[in-house]
Amino acid sequence: MSVDKDTVRRIARLARLKLEEDRVEPMVQELNGILAWVEQLKEVDVEGVPPMTSVVKQRLKMREDVVTEPDNADALMANAPGGEDHFFVVPKVVE
Amino acid sequence: MSGLTDLTLAEARDAVAAKKVSSSELTEAFLKAMEAARSLNAFITETPERAFEMAAASDKRIAAGNARPLEGLPLAIKDLYCTKGVRTTAGSKILHNYVPQYESTVSQNLWDNGAVMLGKANLDEFAMGSSNETSYFGPCISPWRAKGSDAKLVPGGSSGGSACAVSANLCLGATATDTGGSIRTPAAVTGTTGIKPTYGRCSRWGIVAFASSLDQAGPISHTVRDCAIMLKAMASVDPKDSTSVDLPVPDYEAGLEAGVKGLRIGIPKEYRVEGTSPEIDAIWNKGADWLKAQGAEIVEVSLPHTKYALPTYYIVAPAEASSNLARYDGVRYGHRAEGIEDLIDLYQKSRAEGFGSEVRRRILIGTYVLSAGYYDAYYLRAQKLRSLIARDFTEAFKQCDMLLTPATPGPAFAIGEKISDPVTMYLYDVFTVTVNLAGLPSLVLPAGLTESGLPLGLQFIGKAFDEATLLRAGRALEVAAQFTAKPQPWWRAP
Amino acid sequence: MSTEAKNKLIQGSTGPWEVVVGLEVHCQVLSKAKLFSGASTVFGADPNSQVSFVDAAMPGMLPVINRYCVEQAVRTGLGLKAKINLFSVFDRKNYFYPDLPAGYQISQYKNPIVGEGEVLIDLPGGEVARVGIERLHLEQDAGKSLHDQHPDHSFVDLNRSGIALMEIVTKPDLRSSEEAAAFLKKLRAIVRYLGTCDGNMDEGSMRADVNVSVRKPGAPLNTRCEIKNMNSVRFIVQAIEFEARRQVDVLESGGTIHQQTLLFDAKNGETRPMRSKEEAHDYRYFPDPDLLPLELEQAWVDGIASSLPELPDEKKNHFMEMGLSSYDALVLVAEKEAADYFEAMLKEGAEPKAAANWLNNEYFGRLNKVGLAIGDGPVSAAANSAIVQMISANVISGKTAKDVLDIVWSEGGDPRSLVESRGLKQVTDTGAIEEAVDKVIAANPDKVAAAKAKPSLVGWFVGQVMKATGGKANPVSVNAIVKERLGIPEEG
Ligand SMILES: [Mg+2]
Ligand SMILES: [Zn+2]
Repeated sequence: MSVDKDTVRRIARLARLKLEEDRVEPMVQELNGILAWVEQLKEVDVEGVPPMTSVVKQRLKMREDVVTEPDNADALMANAPGGEDHFFVVPKVVE
Repeated sequence: MSGLTDLTLAEARDAVAAKKVSSSELTEAFLKAMEAARSLNAFITETPERAFEMAAASDKRIAAGNARPLEGLPLAIKDLYCTKGVRTTAGSKILHNYVPQYESTVSQNLWDNGAVMLGKANLDEFAMGSSNETSYFGPCISPWRAKGSDAKLVPGGSSGGSACAVSANLCLGATATDTGGSIRTPAAVTGTTGIKPTYGRCSRWGIVAFASSLDQAGPISHTVRDCAIMLKAMASVDPKDSTSVDLPVPDYEAGLEAGVKGLRIGIPKEYRVEGTSPEIDAIWNKGADWLKAQGAEIVEVSLPHTKYALPTYYIVAPAEASSNLARYDGVRYGHRAEGIEDLIDLYQKSRAEGFGSEVRRRILIGTYVLSAGYYDAYYLRAQKLRSLIARDFTEAFKQCDMLLTPATPGPAFAIGEKISDPVTMYLYDVFTVTVNLAGLPSLVLPAGLTESGLPLGLQFIGKAFDEATLLRAGRALEVAAQFTAKPQPWWRAP
Repeated sequence: MSTEAKNKLIQGSTGPWEVVVGLEVHCQVLSKAKLFSGASTVFGADPNSQVSFVDAAMPGMLPVINRYCVEQAVRTGLGLKAKINLFSVFDRKNYFYPDLPAGYQISQYKNPIVGEGEVLIDLPGGEVARVGIERLHLEQDAGKSLHDQHPDHSFVDLNRSGIALMEIVTKPDLRSSEEAAAFLKKLRAIVRYLGTCDGNMDEGSMRADVNVSVRKPGAPLNTRCEIKNMNSVRFIVQAIEFEARRQVDVLESGGTIHQQTLLFDAKNGETRPMRSKEEAHDYRYFPDPDLLPLELEQAWVDGIASSLPELPDEKKNHFMEMGLSSYDALVLVAEKEAADYFEAMLKEGAEPKAAANWLNNEYFGRLNKVGLAIGDGPVSAAANSAIVQMISANVISGKTAKDVLDIVWSEGGDPRSLVESRGLKQVTDTGAIEEAVDKVIAANPDKVAAAKAKPSLVGWFVGQVMKATGGKANPVSVNAIVKERLGIPEEG
């Protein structure tokens, strides 16, 4: 399998990474280089092999239903670009 | 006071305990060494004020007789560990101004054990790299140089800053992380010792995630003993990490000198790969001989799916990374692009500006292999291969107690040499990456020098949660190898 | 097709159309802390005051699951008569939106915690319809974006981010807006009986995505459209009706329906395409590597099953066994508070049928008139029980009972002592009644003669006697004595 320019544009959009038009073709080359290399996995018969779900044999840890977090708004906003009155701010979204 | 910075962690610990040196003196010596070594770019952020504060507090405790296991010992912290109130960048522009309001579990464990923070060590951006060249803050440079050359070499990656700082005696030890070899590759090429513990041994809480199912914290230090001491302090059962394992942490230092007599050590034949330098093969054979001479039994074993480990890794890791790095969107913290038109623009520009080219490439690969219609062919198949790779180890460990392998296909290379071709760079992790896929512990230590005078490492791979045996075997090899070489301090201003 | 079903068809210019509706209902789990963090879930707090570093997806933060939320999902699954999956998996659903801090929602995709189940809904005319449940899965709620506060900015509040949701997905079994409404009411009742969700649609703790398509009766399923995020049954009904009509019009004018995501504009009563969902989505689901699979013990599930309360359907049967009519039983079980109130009255000694009549005919009506919820009414179950018991024991007449209710409603007090102190007790002393009857007969000789010819005039005498005794005489006794004195035989 290999990617073309449209696929690269679509993936970049999905990943929310601005890709300048002159970078599309080089990226096609780079990704296809990697994809050609991982293609060798097709040699292996994986019929009936269970996918790895976790490398450690352990039960999922659970918490009790207890509120442990204090009002943290100041700490939460400490790194916010453009935060206002304890709100995060983004360009207006139209639903 | 340069003698102080030559101490191992264990030696410094004993000197401090015996009140031969104070933590403040030690700390000052290392801060000075760091200052003189800025050309190596081992640190992204130095924290001298905090270091002196912590050292003073340690000296008080020592005076009061309340010293803890790492009391007053200065360490470097990989800049992937969130440190409360201290900028944490992950080597990325997107976090260039990020100041966490919390402390990672592992670094907190170190402070609770009395350690002193010198600063935040350089790394590949988001730990994606094998050479520390992808850091937004510039490459870290290895203190090592080949004989008769002043070419700048890489310190390995992604924990290049950590390895460099230990190797150049800028700290007593450093924290690191390993997703596909990021502790072991830099340790191997800088003549230092590093251990990647079993997945789940050290908490991942507060460490910036690269690939969650592979990431594991561990130390890089001068000796096997130092690794044992640091790992004991770093590891814990953490209720804040669902994948942290509920097993008590043993005293790794206690059994260190027990030797390898009676241990069966496996040599996986598939690790004799094309492109490995003959010097690596030679040191590997030598390592096996040393262990045999000390009473270990050497057995050949087979790990048939070894050759698929790297391509498997380069599906699983970017897939998880593409999702883990979605949170860096310029909304709540980190870099936000200027002059944006709308929300999509905010996302696309902030992320394109904030991430470097290797990170962008991996995000795109990861997004692609998870996308509709490709999931089964790539991600699902890779996770099945992971099961096969893990099964190989289970089978091999029926015949032996641990494995001995090379750590890297060759010694450190020059900065810029491999960066242009991603796949060539990826191949550098060929011996280390299998272990992450199977979640196993693995120790790398220096075993010799190349003809050109550069360090080469050997790797032990152990059974899950059997770090103690690994360290014990490592200690035996360390004794036999008698690796004492140190880089010449060319970086110090005359 | 039953007549009920036929009535639901939409008449188009090319003949009748059938509406097909499926629902995805998001129910916020009633828990103190969030699904994967220890932040509080209390509604209405200051912006971003209930957000942990995990909820805000700060670097290095990891999720740890809340056991109680898992238990609530299992409890709800059992209440939906559904299969509980002992093995389930948390997946990441990846997309970018400001109220989704991590860039992914932790949800369950291929392996949900609850599989197929069913809900019975009660339709007008006593018909009961079975609605299949496809699945229930646990997931995180998103934060809230406020779009109307500023001309060029949206503000993001993450307080809701990470609260546990149960997404309950029905099969496309609903055939009208009324059925959808009945299903939502029933589901709301079930989760409230279970205590797993407060069902408060105003506060958004229960919200539905509605899938609507239309087809010619008996034809295969057509393309559907999804109306997102509705939190009012009334709007859901309006939206389904508008959307079904729109689709019929499109199809009948030769167009085709494109699968799309819609918003309901309550102001204009219309659906319209959702701008933010115009882009094709590719959620790139994969198992969350920060979490292991969720494995449950059958014994643990059995423990929850054995502690399940009586649910509306069972309670309705139970009430009917006590002698209630199907209608009365249905009214009482529809709201958990009504059933609880009714049962409290029984516990205080009221007889079931009498209590049900009294509640449905007297008390609930008054509450409705002033817009009070059952829990907020001024009269306790014990007081209403006492009134009903006094009627049954002939201590007061039905008429007096209403007066007593009025007094307790406005002034409070214990109905029994009230009846005592104000002399409202019914007169059952035959001597006193005979005396009153004789007085009326003596005073009205003309009426006596007329009554002998026309026995229906007995009622007039009874009325006069009641008036004379201030309504306290037992009307049955009065009737009997009047007839006896006038020599009119008892019939039957
Ligand atoms: Mg949905
Ligand atoms: Zn949902």
